[in-house]
Amino acid sequence: MSNELDYLSRRVALGKLSRRDFLGRAAALGVTTVFANSLLSSAALAEGPVKGGTLKAGMQGGASTDSLDPATWQSQVPYKFGRQWGEQLVEIQPDGTLNPKLATEWGSSDDAKVWTFKIRKGVQFHDGKEMTPDDVVATMERHSDANSKSGALGVMGGIENVKKDGDTVVFTLKEANADLPFLMDDYHLMIQPNGGKDKPTAGIGTGPYKVVTDEPGVRHIGTKFANYWDGDNRGHAEQIEIIVINDATARTAALQSGQVHMINRVEPKIVDLVKRVPGVTIQNVAGKGHYVFIAHCNTAPFDNADLRLALKYAMNREDMVKTILRGYGSVGNDTPINKAYPLFSDDIEQRKYDPDKAAFHYKKSGHDGAVLLRTSDVAFPGAIDAAQLYQQSAAKAGITIEVKREPGDGYWSQVWNKQPFSTSYWGGRPTQDQMFSTAYYSKADWNDTRFFNEKFDKMLLQARGELDEAKRKAMYRDMNVIVRDEGGVIVPMFNDFIDATSKKVGGWVPDGNQEMSGGYALSRCWLMA
Amino acid sequence: MSTPVLKLVAQRIAMGVLLLLAVSVLIFVGTQILPGDVAQSILGQSATPQALENLRRDMGLNDPAYIRYLRWLGGILTGDLGTALSSGQDIATSLKDRLWNTLFLASAAAAVSIPLAIGLGLLAVRYRNGFVDKLISGLGLASTSLPEFFTGYLLIYFVAVQLQWFPSVSTVYEGMPLGERLSAIALPVTVLTLVVLAHMMRMTRAAILNVMQSAYIETAELKGLTPFQIITRHAFPNAIAPIVNVVMLNLAFLIVGVVVVEVIFVYPGMGQYLVDHVAKRDVPVVQACGLVFAAVYISLNIVADIVAIVSNPRLRHPK
Repeated sequence: MSNELDYLSRRVALGKLSRRDFLGRAAALGVTTVFANSLLSSAALAEGPVKGGTLKAGMQGGASTDSLDPATWQSQVPYKFGRQWGEQLVEIQPDGTLNPKLATEWGSSDDAKVWTFKIRKGVQFHDGKEMTPDDVVATMERHSDANSKSGALGVMGGIENVKKDGDTVVFTLKEANADLPFLMDDYHLMIQPNGGKDKPTAGIGTGPYKVVTDEPGVRHIGTKFANYWDGDNRGHAEQIEIIVINDATARTAALQSGQVHMINRVEPKIVDLVKRVPGVTIQNVAGKGHYVFIAHCNTAPFDNADLRLALKYAMNREDMVKTILRGYGSVGNDTPINKAYPLFSDDIEQRKYDPDKAAFHYKKSGHDGAVLLRTSDVAFPGAIDAAQLYQQSAAKAGITIEVKREPGDGYWSQVWNKQPFSTSYWGGRPTQDQMFSTAYYSKADWNDTRFFNEKFDKMLLQARGELDEAKRKAMYRDMNVIVRDEGGVIVPMFNDFIDATSKKVGGWVPDGNQEMSGGYALSRCWLMA
Repeated sequence: MSTPVLKLVAQRIAMGVLLLLAVSVLIFVGTQILPGDVAQSILGQSATPQALENLRRDMGLNDPAYIRYLRWLGGILTGDLGTALSSGQDIATSLKDRLWNTLFLASAAAAVSIPLAIGLGLLAVRYRNGFVDKLISGLGLASTSLPEFFTGYLLIYFVAVQLQWFPSVSTVYEGMPLGERLSAIALPVTVLTLVVLAHMMRMTRAAILNVMQSAYIETAELKGLTPFQIITRHAFPNAIAPIVNVVMLNLAFLIVGVVVVEVIFVYPGMGQYLVDHVAKRDVPVVQACGLVFAAVYISLNIVADIVAIVSNPRLRHPK
């Protein structure tokens, strides 16, 4: 039977048999539609990419204030468009390892303080100039300059200087960092001619598509760059288009009516409905993003370790994933790290909802009265509901939580990182080091749990300079346990990225680094004939 | 035209200009009251006092408020709206495209809804208190009562997704052929028509019915004119002033109040542009948009007033 199915699915991929006929025959062979559909997509992958056509994506996260200058990118649309027209030195793979991109190889000195990247030869910019190590140095300089206000400024902060040396570029760091190559995947660090210093908004890069139309907040179009160096693997469609559709219902409708081939951000509460639409495939993948309840470890009453533990045990994580994420996610373990990260240890005990333990620690803390939790719609989708669920699960442990709903406007400037107990969201970072350095290091600007732990800080710096992976993994395990048991963060859940594609899309690769197949959907996928 | 009419018209226009000036002062003062200044919003939270001071000097923010106001006003009068803080683009250029799109959508909606509303209004008067009148009023009120996002989603579901007659995404761009452009805006135009129809139709009906009480209508009836002739020849011309008023109000709504429809149908108009920039605290753009909206509102109201004056025989032929 499977031979016959294989044969049939190949014929569909070649266009000799219609999809409907295939599903009909598969049903005759006693195969469910879901399984038959998955056979089809793997057959399409095996047949190889189809060239040509216009691949369209409808995306949330664009505004008329967007710009082509990579330094300014914050939201989804300019960033995902940038991934199609620009390239970095390296690229993070779906499995979390690094692939060479504009750098062919790299290595470090023994103390992880000096890193050398060999720059690829024969790569052309869209304006016809050849990409050189000088352009790489200039790009790094532009993003290190405080005046550029680049989103990569934080990443560049630890770099002392960047110099050209023949056909390599040498990074000298202020302190050891074994993760430097991962930082080079940052989407702001697109290599541009002379670093984009001449005209930051020119939109010239080395990517598979060159910018032809750029209407911020409306649509962005790229056409295939004829001299692209990696044309076998990327850039299959002749033209790509991103249409900005911020309204969730309009986005789904555009996919259903065939005006776009893929969309991002399908809301968990409508996933099951979208799934039933013929021809639409839900593409969900576990990512690093997580929803958090944050308590300031240095502010009363949260400076009491027992109260923090009580609040952690009072959280019903399974319930949160089921209700808030409708199952499209996984439970958190009160640390910002999950299995999507490299060097993750899966043997840390999972914290569970335990009203008895919560009541025990609550009593021990000696706290009396209600605990005030501030939340808002903008903290994360469903934040208000989550706060109310938490209120109920905590009540069973005898803890009274008072939920205060704050206005969305000003939430990030007035409540988050200011008030002692609030809800928030983290998008995740490429490595554990970056995640901890951004939000758990005592000196970090965004240390939103006011977590000051000398031992943790020391281990963080030590692990950063450690080139032996086994030792690093052990260190990160210990650090995760410290945050889990002593920190002020409650992580009930990690959310999946949920995108959707129409039946015309081939070559979708599940990639948890970002939504839309790690951001590369438009150049990885093709239009099926 | 006689002098009193010209004088009245001139007065209206002068009042309009004064009003616009007053609004410009309000907009300027309003954006000054907001916490933080432009320099602060450009440099963000990490701004050093020195950098702030330099930028303030460069941008002339240390000058007294009235000087800054006059400079801003002078720029506007010479067509220079400044540059957007968020993207560094010239405001006048990007605003022009957006305004053009908005006017295009509004005119298309007006071209459909105004004749339709007036026609239905006349019809309702002709068959007043009968079945046709009640049907027209009922349907009109129902379509106005439904929120525009609801009608929008209904149309998207049935017309765009199920029947696939028109696209659900109304993105228009420069150089788009007119046919495609019209097809793209078919759904938003339908929604807008449904929203404004009842108001104009009911006002037309009420205004004409009011005139129908007059003695000269009775005379016309006695002359033996058909009911429809009476309405179009004698009643309608005398009811123009209130009808034009309500038409202009709705036109103004079509231009400045359609942000929800723009979002649902992904239409690149002024509303979405303004909302994006408010979210980014891009003050120069917000000021420019505010002024454009005010200008539209005021000039449409002036037009309504002038039509009312000119169509009033008592003003045209003073004793």
